[in-house]
Amino acid sequence: MTTTTPAAPAARPGSSAPRSQPRPDRGAGPRSGLLTALTWVLAIGFFFPVLWMVLTAFKQENQAASDPPTWLFTPTLDQFRAVIEGGAGVYFANSLIATGLSTLLVIALGVPASYALAIRPVKKTSDVLFFFMSTKMLPVVAVIVPIYVIAGRLHVLDTVWTLVVLYTAMNLPIAVWMMRSFFQEIPGEVLEAASMDGAGLLRTLRSVLMPMVAPGLAATALICVIFAWNEFFFALNLTAARASTVPIFITSTMTSEGLFLARLSAASLLASLPVVVAGWVAQKQLVRGLSMGAIK
Amino acid sequence: MLAATGLTLAGCAGAGAVSSGGDTEQIVVAIVSNPQMQDAIALQEQFRAEHPGIDVQFVSLPENEARAKITASVATGGGEFDVVMISNYETAMWAQNGWLENLQPYADATEGYHPEDFVPSVREALSYEGDLYSVPFYGESSFLAYRQDMFTEQGLQMPEHPTWDQVADLAAELHDPEQDFAGICLRGLAGWGENMAPMSTVINTYGGQWFDEHWDATLDSPQVRSAVTDYVNLVRDYGEPGAATAGFGECLTMFTQGQAAMWYDATSMVSSVEDPSSSTVAGDVGYAPAPVMETEAAGWLYSWALAIPATSEHQDAAWEFISWMTHPDYMHLVGEEIGWARVPPGSRLSTYDIPEYAEVAGAYEEEMLRAMEHASQEVTMTEPVPYRGIQFVAIPEFQDLGTRVGQQMSAAIAGQVTVEEALAQSQRYAETVAASYQAQQEEQP
Repeated sequence: MTTTTPAAPAARPGSSAPRSQPRPDRGAGPRSGLLTALTWVLAIGFFFPVLWMVLTAFKQENQAASDPPTWLFTPTLDQFRAVIEGGAGVYFANSLIATGLSTLLVIALGVPASYALAIRPVKKTSDVLFFFMSTKMLPVVAVIVPIYVIAGRLHVLDTVWTLVVLYTAMNLPIAVWMMRSFFQEIPGEVLEAASMDGAGLLRTLRSVLMPMVAPGLAATALICVIFAWNEFFFALNLTAARASTVPIFITSTMTSEGLFLARLSAASLLASLPVVVAGWVAQKQLVRGLSMGAIK
Repeated sequence: MLAATGLTLAGCAGAGAVSSGGDTEQIVVAIVSNPQMQDAIALQEQFRAEHPGIDVQFVSLPENEARAKITASVATGGGEFDVVMISNYETAMWAQNGWLENLQPYADATEGYHPEDFVPSVREALSYEGDLYSVPFYGESSFLAYRQDMFTEQGLQMPEHPTWDQVADLAAELHDPEQDFAGICLRGLAGWGENMAPMSTVINTYGGQWFDEHWDATLDSPQVRSAVTDYVNLVRDYGEPGAATAGFGECLTMFTQGQAAMWYDATSMVSSVEDPSSSTVAGDVGYAPAPVMETEAAGWLYSWALAIPATSEHQDAAWEFISWMTHPDYMHLVGEEIGWARVPPGSRLSTYDIPEYAEVAGAYEEEMLRAMEHASQEVTMTEPVPYRGIQFVAIPEFQDLGTRVGQQMSAAIAGQVTVEEALAQSQRYAETVAASYQAQQEEQP
C-alpha cells in the first residue's frame, strides 16, 4: 500500500514542483524509507505462513517434510485429488448449510433486536446488552458436556440442524452489538423525515434504514460466516459421520503416524477459499462497514 | 421462531430416518486416522460388494481427537457409533463398566476368523475375564531403529540385545550437531501417549514402576530417578534439536529425512520408514530390540482394536464390518490391492507366514514379532504391579496423570527444571491419583 503513494502524484502532469519539496507531514527521507521497509517486513512476515501453506499444498509429502525446506519442486495436484476423493464434498455441504442458515437466522433475529436497542431503547437497554455479551463469557468447554447430553437425549447428535442452532446462538450476541452501533449512526432526523412522509415501521426499516446500514450488515454477516465456517469445537463434539464440517475434515487429514503436511495444506487451502472469496466479493461494502463505527 | 426451528428439526430428523431405512443398514465407524486405517477406508468398495445391505460411514480423526470423542460418546451412552477404535488401554476398563459388547461369541461363531491366531500378548491385552471385548486391527511394540549404512561406514556394531548404556555410547559416537545430525531421536513431547510411552519402558527396565503392589506411588524411587536421568541426559546430550516438543511425528520426519542415527519408538514406524516415497533412508535401516537394563525385554504393547459399544443398535452389521477388517483375508486384500508393506502388522501370527509379506518385511518382521511376543509385564518389569499395561497404567485417571508427569519430563528435557524437581512433582501427582483411585475402588462393592 505504502509503495503506491509516491507514484500517485506522477500521474498528474505539471505537479512535479510540489513533489520535489515533500510536505513536512509526510516524514520523508530515511525515516519514511525505514517505515516502508518495516511495513514490508511485517506484511511478508504475516503473509509468509499463508504462502507456505499454498506452496506445500502442491508438494509431495516427502518434499513437504524435508529439512532444509524444498523451494524448487514440480507442482502436483495429487494432494487436492486425494482430499477431494477423500469425501470432502459432504463436509463442504454441511459447512455451507450450517454457515449459511445460521448467518441468515442471525441477521433475521439480530436486525430487529439491534434496531430496537439502538433506536427505540427500552428501560435497562444496557442490561440487555450486557446480558447478550455475558453469554460469550462462559468458556464453550464448560458447557459442552451438558449440551452433548441434551443433544443425545433429544436424538439430535450428528445432525447439521444442531449446528445451525448453536452457531446462531453463538453469533447472535456479536451481531447485535455490531449492528446496534451501525443503527446508532443513523441521524434521528432521517427517521423523523421518514415518519413525516408517512412511512410505517416496516417501510422505514426496509426503504430507509436498510440501504444506510447495508455495509454494516454485510460486515456483520461476513464475520458471522467466518466464525461459523471456522468453528471447530462444537462440530468436533456434536457431529460424527453425517454432519461433520470442514474444520473436522481438515483435522481428519492429520495422523499421528506418517506424513501429512502436504495433504493438510491442500485441505486447508480448499477450506479457506470460500471465506476468502466471500470476503473479496464483499470487500467494498466491508471496508465501509468496518470503518463506519470508527468516527463518532 | 423457536417453534418453527423445532418443526424443521423434527421434519429433518424424520427425513433422515426414512432415507437411511429401507434395505440398507447404516453403521457409523469411528476410527483413528493412521495410514493403515486410511487404507481400510480406501478398500470400502470391497466390503460394499460383499455386503450390499450394509452402508458404512466413517469418522476418522487423529488419535487425540478420536480418543476424546469416542470416550465421551461411549461413556455417556451418546450412541453415535456402532464400531469404535480403541486400544488395550481402554478395552478391559470399558468392558468392566459394561460399555462394550462381548465379542468372543461373535469371533467363535465366524467361520475362518480364527481368534486363536491373534498374537497372544495382544489377545490377552484385549480380553476381560477371558473373553475378547475388542479385536486387534494392528498391534505394535517398541524397538530401536538404526542406520545400518552409517554403522557400517563408521565401523560400529549394534549389539544383538543393546542396553541403554551401549545405546548412549553409540549415540555419543554418531552425534554430529554441526551437520544437524542427532545421535538418537527420543520423544520429549508431553503426553501419556507421547514421551511417557518410551520413558515408561525405560523406567520399567531400570527396575522402577509407577505404583508398587500396594498402590503406593514410586516415582521417587532410585530406579526411576536413574532411568529418567539417563533418558533426559541422553536426549539432551545426543538427541534431536527441540527434543522437548518432539513427538512421534517429529522423530519420524527427522529419522526418515536422514537426520538421526537411531530412533527408539513404535514398531509401526516401519510402514513409513521403509516406504521409499516418504523416506530417504528406506532399505538402510536395521532394527534391534528395545534397549534393556535389568530386564530381559523392554518393549511396550499397544494395539488399535475395534469394539462395539453396548449402545449400538446394529451389532450384527457392526460385527460383519469388524470381522471383515480384522480377518486373515483382509491381509491378502491389502497386500494385493495396496501393497504388502502396508499390511497391518502385529495382530495375527498368520500374517508372518505370508510369503509375499515376508519378502517386503524381511528387514524387520522377525524383530517386530519377537518384540510383540515379549511384550508382557513378566519380562519387561522387575516387580509385579497392581495395574494392567506396560507403558501405561490402565486406570481412568492415567490419561491426566500421565500427561501431567509428561509435562514435568518435557520441562526437564528442556532444562527448565531438574530431574529431581520433575520427579518430586510427579510423585505428588501420582500419590493424589493413587489415593483417589483406591478410594473409588473401596466404594465399589
